[in-house]
Amino acid sequence: MFDQTNAKLLQQIKFLKAQDVVFWFVGLFVLAGAFIILFALIYDMGQTGIPRINQEFFLNFPSRFAGRAGILAAWVGSLCVVLVTALLAIPLGVATGVYLEEYAPKGWFSRMIELNILNLAGVPSIIYGIMALSLFVYEFGLKQSILTAGMTLGLLILPIIIVTTREAIRTIPNHIREASYALGATKWQTVRSHIVPYSFGGIMTGVVIALSRAIGETAPLLTVGAVAFIAFLPTPPVMAVAPYVSAQWLMDPYTVMPIQMFNWISRPQEEFHVNAAAAGIVLLSMTLVLNALAIFIRYRFRKKYKW
Amino acid sequence: MKYKLRRQLTEKFIELILFLAAASSVLITFFIVYTLVTEAFPFFKEVGLKDFIFETEWTPLFENPKYGIAALVSGTLLTTTIALFVALPFGIITSVFLSEYATDKVREIFKPLLELLAAVPTVVYGYFAMTLITPWLQKIFPDLSGFNALSAGLVMGIMIVPYVSSLSEDAMRAVPQQLREGSLALGASKFQTSFRVVIPSAFSGIASAFVLAISRALGETMVVAIAAGLEPKFGFNPLGPTETLTAYIVQVSQGDLPQGSMGYRTIYVCGIVLLLFTLTFNIIGQTIRHRMEKQVK
Repeated sequence: MFDQTNAKLLQQIKFLKAQDVVFWFVGLFVLAGAFIILFALIYDMGQTGIPRINQEFFLNFPSRFAGRAGILAAWVGSLCVVLVTALLAIPLGVATGVYLEEYAPKGWFSRMIELNILNLAGVPSIIYGIMALSLFVYEFGLKQSILTAGMTLGLLILPIIIVTTREAIRTIPNHIREASYALGATKWQTVRSHIVPYSFGGIMTGVVIALSRAIGETAPLLTVGAVAFIAFLPTPPVMAVAPYVSAQWLMDPYTVMPIQMFNWISRPQEEFHVNAAAAGIVLLSMTLVLNALAIFIRYRFRKKYKW
Repeated sequence: MKYKLRRQLTEKFIELILFLAAASSVLITFFIVYTLVTEAFPFFKEVGLKDFIFETEWTPLFENPKYGIAALVSGTLLTTTIALFVALPFGIITSVFLSEYATDKVREIFKPLLELLAAVPTVVYGYFAMTLITPWLQKIFPDLSGFNALSAGLVMGIMIVPYVSSLSEDAMRAVPQQLREGSLALGASKFQTSFRVVIPSAFSGIASAFVLAISRALGETMVVAIAAGLEPKFGFNPLGPTETLTAYIVQVSQGDLPQGSMGYRTIYVCGIVLLLFTLTFNIIGQTIRHRMEKQVK
């Protein structure tokens, strides 16, 4: 009788132990699966696209002939648009994050802003696109310009920057603030010379991730009217004659990397799909490099400050 | 004295600037709601609410236009459901593995790599669905059409796995260690502890992760626009082409739409419907999360 239950128990223990091992492998397998997918994606795209990548591909404008088409307008456009996005979203986002963490009185107002930001983060990107179409393109009369695109993406990534700024600031222990106040510093002096520098790593990580998202974003720019067939560059910001600097490039039409890629995918001809793969590789490298940079920054700063 | 006054003024001035920055986020919400409502409002003067809801055809740009939103809504729900069938089991498995089974070192390596999956631009995922997954699926389902809901949904699912797993992992790691120890002390295995103690205690966090993932899948645009075809069809056939609310907006706004035309109005109508869906799920998700945070405290 006792032996029987004992054997049963032993069997059950064996089963549970086996179950644990099996699950460990299942978990590892699923995670590995994720990377196999990522790898398959890069491999497949690379195989199709990499032979297409050469100097001319970066220096040519789009063309009716797949073999002669390039991404010059697209990558220059992407850089210009991201520059506008960064100039809008970084100051606004960091300022909002600092206000909410350091200044805002705890009450219904800050709770409302908080809820509002959470909801904004959940609004699909395409909604920002149609909002910008009505507001920036028609209401403000900015047309299909780099400025419109940059502002649209700026609003889109604003919640990401705000949230990461707040998280970074929240990790700073209170005694740092108290030490600063005790020496007679004002709130702004504390923020400027302690809070922001100490949370700089976290903020930068968020900023870089947000910008990498902006570079890859397609849908909102399609709705505000990015054109895929652009055979000229934006006006250079510096000129040889007076007044030497010009903001005309802000109002120029543009195309960006993901739009160029989408345009090539949408064409029925196979040769253009090769171009799409090549553009995809370039785009993917841009975002992966930015993400690696973010991971690197996070790692560096985590080592630097230990509270 | 003068110095002190100037100092106070600077302080106030800076606080005001920071306050304005924070308040501008409210302005964005206002503009979103305002533009959607004002641009879509005239649409409902021409199309009755009854036709809008109960009609099953969506052909706004045809000679004899029909405005049955159900066609686009069914496409949206279809691709979202398929995506969830991938994202939920895989998300749960990875989060249990990362939070309960993996050592710190394994987690350090895998977590950032998993986040890379979320960093891949959606247009690249669209290319992936169309050129790699669809031909592969066609070997299994010979009558799968070149553009279909299935491959778009599957790829969308892969895309949102990182969202599900990172949020649910956070929830699981917030479960107090004593609960685990209690369970293990009673002789439960790690597997039993994970699934009968940790998951139920972290339930609200995991649920909110799911709900937020649903809202993400509903709003996803480029994958469906590229791989699911652009045919609005009422029905839930995963093997055929379909069109979602988001894909419709992209499709129509690519052409030149004069402001104020009926086609232009329809994208805002779709925008409102989409926003209502995602907002509902977001609010549910946040409510669950908020309640969880209170509970943990």
